[in-house]
Amino acid sequence: MHLVYPAVLSALLFCTGIYGVLARRNAILVLMSVELMLNAVNLNLVAFDVWLSRTADEKLHSGQALTLFTIAIAAAEIGIGLAIVLAVYRGRGTSDIDKLRDTAEGYETDGPDSDAVDGDGTEPPAAEKAEATA
Amino acid sequence: MTLAAIASATATTAPATVAATHPHGFLSPTGAEIAFLLVGLVTFGAALVTVTTKQLVHAALWLVVALGGLAVEYLLLTAEFIAWVQVLIYVGSVVVLLLFGLMLTKAPIGRSPDADSGNRWAALAVAVAAAAALVWVVVDAFRATWMDLDGPAAGSTAVTGASLFQNWVLPFEALSVLLLAALVGAIVLSRKAKAESSSPPVNSRGATGSSPSVPDSRNHTFGRNGRSQGNDPTERNTPSQLKNPTELKNPTELKNPTKLKNPTEHNNPTEQKGAR
Amino acid sequence: MTTTTLAVLVPLLPFLGAAAGLLLGRTAPGFVRPLAVLPTLAALALAAVVAVRQGGDAAIDSATELTPTGSVPVELALHIDGFAALVAVLVGFVATCVQIYSTGYLRDDPRYPSYAALVSLFTSAMLLVVYSGDLIVLLVGWEVMGICSYFLVGHYWETPEARAASIKAFLVTKLGDVPFLIGLFALATDAGSFRITKVLGTVAGGGLHHPTLIALLLLAGVAGKSAQFPLHTWLPDAMAGPTPVSALIHAATMVAAGVYFIARLLPVFEASSAAMVVLAVMAAVTMAGSGLAALAQDDIKRVLAYSTIGQLGYMTGALAVGDRGAAVFHLLSHGAFKALLFLAAGVIIHASGTNSLAAMSRMGNLRARVPDAFWTMTVALLALAAIPPFSGFFSKESVLGAAEHAATEHTSHIPGAAGWIVLVAGLLTALLTAAYATRLWLLAFHGRGVEAPDHGRQPVAMNAVLWVLAVPSLALGGLAYRVLPDWFDGRDLTPTLTTSVLGTGVALVGGILTYGAWRHTTALAARAPMGAVAAHPEGDAGLVEAEAIASHTAAYGDVASAPDPADPGRLLLGPLHRHAASGFHLDAVYAVLFVRPVMAAASLVRFLDREVVDTYVSGAGTLPRLLGAAVRRAQTGNMQTYVSALLAGTVVLTVAVLLVATGA
Repeated sequence: MHLVYPAVLSALLFCTGIYGVLARRNAILVLMSVELMLNAVNLNLVAFDVWLSRTADEKLHSGQALTLFTIAIAAAEIGIGLAIVLAVYRGRGTSDIDKLRDTAEGYETDGPDSDAVDGDGTEPPAAEKAEATA
Repeated sequence: MTLAAIASATATTAPATVAATHPHGFLSPTGAEIAFLLVGLVTFGAALVTVTTKQLVHAALWLVVALGGLAVEYLLLTAEFIAWVQVLIYVGSVVVLLLFGLMLTKAPIGRSPDADSGNRWAALAVAVAAAAALVWVVVDAFRATWMDLDGPAAGSTAVTGASLFQNWVLPFEALSVLLLAALVGAIVLSRKAKAESSSPPVNSRGATGSSPSVPDSRNHTFGRNGRSQGNDPTERNTPSQLKNPTELKNPTELKNPTKLKNPTEHNNPTEQKGAR
Repeated sequence: MTTTTLAVLVPLLPFLGAAAGLLLGRTAPGFVRPLAVLPTLAALALAAVVAVRQGGDAAIDSATELTPTGSVPVELALHIDGFAALVAVLVGFVATCVQIYSTGYLRDDPRYPSYAALVSLFTSAMLLVVYSGDLIVLLVGWEVMGICSYFLVGHYWETPEARAASIKAFLVTKLGDVPFLIGLFALATDAGSFRITKVLGTVAGGGLHHPTLIALLLLAGVAGKSAQFPLHTWLPDAMAGPTPVSALIHAATMVAAGVYFIARLLPVFEASSAAMVVLAVMAAVTMAGSGLAALAQDDIKRVLAYSTIGQLGYMTGALAVGDRGAAVFHLLSHGAFKALLFLAAGVIIHASGTNSLAAMSRMGNLRARVPDAFWTMTVALLALAAIPPFSGFFSKESVLGAAEHAATEHTSHIPGAAGWIVLVAGLLTALLTAAYATRLWLLAFHGRGVEAPDHGRQPVAMNAVLWVLAVPSLALGGLAYRVLPDWFDGRDLTPTLTTSVLGTGVALVGGILTYGAWRHTTALAARAPMGAVAAHPEGDAGLVEAEAIASHTAAYGDVASAPDPADPGRLLLGPLHRHAASGFHLDAVYAVLFVRPVMAAASLVRFLDREVVDTYVSGAGTLPRLLGAAVRRAQTGNMQTYVSALLAGTVVLTVAVLLVATGA
């Protein structure tokens, strides 16, 4: 089999995952996209392991072993990730990534890309401030 | 191109007779290649739908299709053990976990118009550029490389198991410890932290309730503090700042119950102490 | 003990007393008065012993070099000749009197400990100047005296007059001290040593390369310290300090230090006839101008201050004609009677509650209120006016005699012009001196009007000191003029007939003229009531004086003069009175020449600093702030934006690396 087929498929899947990570708003969808990227890497590992085990007479099967490890780590990652998302959701009432802007340099100087979000994002703090100072 | 040269150099150990005895070409695909191509198209399409659909649950279901397609690809690459692990873990547990996560975060059923963030076009540009670069590099490097799928399967359960428990047993055990740690971590994270999440509102409520006549100056400093920090959630989560009003207030009210006629005086006990 | 050891102890004892007084002032107030008086008294006794042992013989020289200090060595040196021994006795005497007087004068002053310590420190520095045989050690004492003077002038720092006077004294004397320092260096460079004996040896050997330049540079410092024209303007204002300080520092000792310095280094000045003429002109202008100004002053202490300037002019005049014996003789007698005048004036100010002669002339019975001050002040004024047989007569006649000698008989190194200048100015000043002395006496003690508020009896310490000082004012001249030549250069100090008759004659003329004018104007006093009196029957004299000084400008419109039609000085001076009252507008001239340009330069510098330099500084701050604001906008808090930028950068870098690696 031509090696380009799995390699190109892996590259495309990886970039799809990139797009998902960058463009999705819900944190769980971002986690899904991360899974896509991990799987793209797995495909690469398997394909090159198959290729090298024959052509280079590689007997360790390191690619397949690493794939298994990656799958296991991905499972752990998804567990931890979901736990974090749940904790954030419980604390903030949302799991939207672009609302979690605590590290921003001042709320009033938000970028123009999230105007609609700003209104929602600044309201609860303002309410809390008013409550604390009343 | 040198990349192709490097790639072919790594493959120089392969006997040239392989290429000679099996004439390959793009225009004469084998059956496995055709199958791989078709399943790959389905997988890619499912992945695309996963990252673009407006319905969150559908995204998870399309992810199942993509991951399943990948399992088929593994099979086609003769890695049968990996394929079954893929089906078991990804399709069986990861996606189920994700669906649980969607349910627990009250993800809307049906189309949600704001599934994509405002970063979409930047993301598309980055992804397309990355894809172009990667595909170009990969195609350029491996266009003359074939892998031999004949003979005994490279990824059969026996081979994989032998390799795993002969050569990779120590990392395997370390991985099991890692999984345990991840398990514990997930439990700790998802537990409800009652004391932390519930106490600050009570404190602030008490403070606001018991201070009808806080002087303006203190108001001002508090507002300034909050603004300068710029992150009110942390302010709410740090009890020290919000305990201040109660600490300032309660002793004076207990000590000077009769002095209420002069609120500005007994609202600044720290200043009075400093003056003494 | 050897004479050298005793001489070392003389400046050391007041210094230790000052240090102890400063240390114990807060913790042990009971020790302050003994610590102020006793070391000074001991220094006086030791100085007297040193003087007796020295006895006008060959100078005692002693030197030790603590450490090598570069090309020209600085040595701790003593040089005690007849001048030094006698001047030290005078300094110790006046300082002791002033310390005793101050215990009564400032008995309730909360800052008395620091005041007494500063006076002790000043005494120590003055004695150091007198005994020092090394120019740098002399300079140390010279500057310490200056510092003490500034602090003591500003003793009543609550009043703006005292603050301004202190700063003025500092600036004006510093203006002279800078050339003085340069002159010392130039002198030492030519002589190869700071030792006075070696310097004088070099001068005698003709080794001085730039005598005129050096003499003029030194003269600037002397003019500043001894309040000679044109750097005399700080002295009248320095009267804002307490009266004992005025008596000690600004009449008897410190201002005489400049004269003493020239007397020590007279050969250096004599090496340049131009310097001698300049000295003579300076002395003449100082004498005549200060006499006129003294006639127009209303503040009793300012009259005495201008009088001091004039008498110092006599001394520099004597030096200008090359007779340092006459100069130091006048220094000694003047130190005694001028200290007495000031201390008596302090008593009068306390008793009358004002420092204004115009107000005193409207008070009856002041003479009976302070009989001690009246009699002693009469003696001192007669000495000031050079009426025989008081001490001022002999010392002043010795100056005039020296001037006449220089004018009429051709001497080798003294220009005849200098003699004539000093002689004419001295006679004119004798007239003016008698005039303002008479005016002071008449206005202060022969006023008519309501009685002054009673301030009780004056402290015994103050009255006793007056009588002690009256003795040398009365008798020093007559007793000493035969003895002193043995101590000094040996030149005869006996008054000559011509100058005696001339000087006493013009003095009598001046006194009679003033008396006539006073008879003419005193009737006006009742018609023009004026005067402000500070009444503090319980307060000490210092409090009354501080208040009197502070209220003078408010009451009379000027710190120096009062618009009093009954003033005989107004009649005598005629149109000159207005100019004389303000010191011939020298302060205004200085304001135009120096103060305003400096202020303009300061505002220019301020403008440059605020508007030009600060623009760069704030610009240097603004640019990073703008950049920071721009960069801050990138921190949106949105994780996806960050990762997008990160990945985009990665892609760009990867492509770049690929292109480079493939050689595209």
